[in-house]
Amino acid sequence: MKKPKTQPETAKSSGTAASSIKKWLDFDLDIDSLPVPPPRESAEDDGGDETPLLSRIPKSAPRFVYTALAAICSIVLTATLILTVEGMPRYGEDQDYMDTVTYEYITHGMEYTGAVNIVAGIILEYRAFDTLGESFVLFCAVTCVLVLLRADSADSQPEDVVFRDLSHDAILRRTVRAIVPLVFMFGVYVLLNGHLSPGGGFSGGAVIGAGLVMVSAAYGGDVSGRIVSERVFKIVTTCALSFYCLGKSYTFFTGANGLHSIVGNGTPGDILSAGLILPLNVAVGMVVACTVYGIYRMFDKRSF
Amino acid sequence: MGNLLYNYEEAVALILFSIGFMTLLFHKNLLRKLIGMNIMDSGVYLFLASMGYIYGRRAPIVENGDVSAVHYVNPVPASLVLTGIVVSVSVTAVMLSLAVRLYERYHTLNLDEIYAAARTRREHR
Amino acid sequence: MEFIRNFPFFSVAVFLFSAVICSVLKPKAARIWTVAAETAVLAFSACVLYYTWSTGEFFRYNMGHFDAPWSNQLRAGVLEGVAATGFSLILLLSHIGGMRYVNADIEHKKQSAYCTLLNLIGAALMALAYTNDLFTGYVFLEIMTLSSCGILMIRRAGRTALAATRYMVINLLGSGLFLLGTCLFYGITGHLLMEYIGAGVAKLDATGEYAVPLTVTIGLVCAGLAIKAGLFPFHTWMPDTYGTATPTSSAVLSGIVSKGYIFLLVKIMYRVAGVNTEAMTEARHILYVFGILGIILGSVWAMRSAYLNRMIAFSSAAQIGYIFVGIGLGGTAGFMAALFQLIAHGLTKPLLFLSGARLAESSGDSQYFADLQGAAHRNRAAGAAFTVAALSMVGIPLLAGFPVKLYFAIASVQHGILVDAVTLLTLAVSTLLNALYFIRTAIRIYTPSVRPAEKNESQVVIDKKSDPGLAVAAVGFALAIVSLGVFPGSLSSLITTGLSMFA
Repeated sequence: MKKPKTQPETAKSSGTAASSIKKWLDFDLDIDSLPVPPPRESAEDDGGDETPLLSRIPKSAPRFVYTALAAICSIVLTATLILTVEGMPRYGEDQDYMDTVTYEYITHGMEYTGAVNIVAGIILEYRAFDTLGESFVLFCAVTCVLVLLRADSADSQPEDVVFRDLSHDAILRRTVRAIVPLVFMFGVYVLLNGHLSPGGGFSGGAVIGAGLVMVSAAYGGDVSGRIVSERVFKIVTTCALSFYCLGKSYTFFTGANGLHSIVGNGTPGDILSAGLILPLNVAVGMVVACTVYGIYRMFDKRSF
Repeated sequence: MGNLLYNYEEAVALILFSIGFMTLLFHKNLLRKLIGMNIMDSGVYLFLASMGYIYGRRAPIVENGDVSAVHYVNPVPASLVLTGIVVSVSVTAVMLSLAVRLYERYHTLNLDEIYAAARTRREHR
Repeated sequence: MEFIRNFPFFSVAVFLFSAVICSVLKPKAARIWTVAAETAVLAFSACVLYYTWSTGEFFRYNMGHFDAPWSNQLRAGVLEGVAATGFSLILLLSHIGGMRYVNADIEHKKQSAYCTLLNLIGAALMALAYTNDLFTGYVFLEIMTLSSCGILMIRRAGRTALAATRYMVINLLGSGLFLLGTCLFYGITGHLLMEYIGAGVAKLDATGEYAVPLTVTIGLVCAGLAIKAGLFPFHTWMPDTYGTATPTSSAVLSGIVSKGYIFLLVKIMYRVAGVNTEAMTEARHILYVFGILGIILGSVWAMRSAYLNRMIAFSSAAQIGYIFVGIGLGGTAGFMAALFQLIAHGLTKPLLFLSGARLAESSGDSQYFADLQGAAHRNRAAGAAFTVAALSMVGIPLLAGFPVKLYFAIASVQHGILVDAVTLLTLAVSTLLNALYFIRTAIRIYTPSVRPAEKNESQVVIDKKSDPGLAVAAVGFALAIVSLGVFPGSLSSLITTGLSMFA
């Protein structure tokens, strides 16, 4: 893959081994006789998608070698995984290990966390640190997408692909107008009942975000921008994540130090129960909705 | 064959995982690689979900104050799947936006062609 | 409970919180805030290190109102303290040192986002250093992957998008394997906390139950983390990535991000899978082989590189190989050597990237060796810093690289004649190659630039732009390298103590 370079280092490496080593070491001798590389846009190799080791092999070889290696890897992986399954505990049966952690979660989960939905209790109380990390993964992703796709001065090149603009399609508008209220209502329901029934912040937020995306697709960014503008996006994300971070930090701090938390659990089954789970679900839901919508807008129009 | 016939669901999940792995390795199109990645993740989540299932038990939402452990499936894998799904959604979003940028720059999503283009452009900084 | 025991948690929380805050601050404020957060975390980590060292005990920290097997947990011992202190020091110095380049390379509007991503990397590193829960490890691993991809591609130049894509594809392959391994661990032991999985694995290893799944699980976890850390043959993203990113990003990625993965791997070896279970021993032997290959081939490729960052990047691949050789050798001596190398290399590589960027800047923004000739005369401080780091990489006594090689030699002696011979031979060859390419570069930057075709007078153009941030960082890194080289015993005894309370 490598043509002889205009670079002094690599240019010298041609020739017999001994003389090239000598030349390589005496770099300061014949600097004038060497072609001077252009300052920046110089002849550089491909950057290593084929490694230099393979560069000596004829052009078609790396492709073949790669395919063969990949095939072997895949076959070995599949076979090992099937063997693994063969040795795993049987599907659908009670496992011994469930006597400890799982037993505790089911029998005391509702009492200790106040959440009827045991999974909600696990992700927002028992394993809340994971979930805190998870919402920061989302935050990290939206930051990266904004960094990558945000239209700015550096993007002077016009987009060469124009997708059909659907925002004046009558059928789409009618349908969206009919179902978006229901979507929002369902999303809020899922969000607020996360501790009582299947659902919670992430799923509810995703539903609301999908509703926003629908509005944006049918009516254009101006209309949906009235609901979630960039300012709203920033305020909601920052406030909700800060609240999440500080609220959970309070729980962690009091829990680890054996202090009494001022947040009570209430009566399991009531809508206002389960301590911090409900407000945290709301916070997460708002972050997720804004994130989903923000990412969609970035892909669609490169701005809010 | 020990438990393979009983564990067919887990076997299917892990075969799905290897299908994703192969897609990731063999396809040159970035979007297909991305789809492979998603299949891989789905395989893991299916595997987790089937690991937590127990015959004849209900979803872990307490009904009528019944908190005896023999009536509910294992809730831990469900919570792990929840966390994992969000992670893979985030990763997908970032990878898609990378794909958009690459397409803008090189007008193709085929990684071989992108490398070739990058080579001819001789850009390294 | 003493208040100081909250510090591990505070380290994570401070970074997470300041990531959120930075996203709405103006760039300058975000910069100041981030440096403040990094300094605070450095102080926290140093306190944790001092506390665990003086009490001689580790402590656990429950994340919530529930006790051990039910909830997430942090755990801090001497080794965690060493890692956290090292990581936060390197993060702080790399950030300060590369700040001017960040301002130049990245659009003004996106600099707050850069600070956000640096904070997230910090949070992930702290979480990986302290976590006692495998799944928390996975989540923060992903934060680290995404945010390090972010700091790579935030620079809109050349092939950053391509480099970031390649980095992401390899990393996601690793994460996928690691996630599957974590799930399998849960499937056979029923726990996610490290000690409890460890107990379960020890039991399974003794009874021989689930032998195949256990082996596969350990293999998946080791492979996933080794791929993410960039062990040969998965190092191919390094040259592109380090060549195109802004110097701070290169420094952070090479200095600490890949080290974070390795630290988690060591932790898993000690606390989850057991260093000496049969499967883990085999896995470590495989890592050893790839480590040896990585050392040799990385050095060879580094010699063949045409420009500076590419050489440093391939040298990184070789140095990662060292760490895995130490892990493969095993035993307290082997792991001590590996962890010493982890810190020493983490301190040296960022200095190379930062001072190398400065040298390139004073040579007309060119990284090519021909243009770098005489760069040390144009900028004496950067030249001196680069030389210190390069000599340390070679392993000159009184610098951090020397004790590393010594410890590797000591560790290899305990393993029979073959391993000993292979390791010592590799050490010798790699030292020779390192010396060839690093000293050659050092000589080149000190050779006066004589190119009459370009310059009529051979006067040295001295680069007078002041860069106090880089000066602070270079002095900090150089001091750390020299003190590690002069007093290696202090760090090695810390690591040995830490390893003994690790298991």
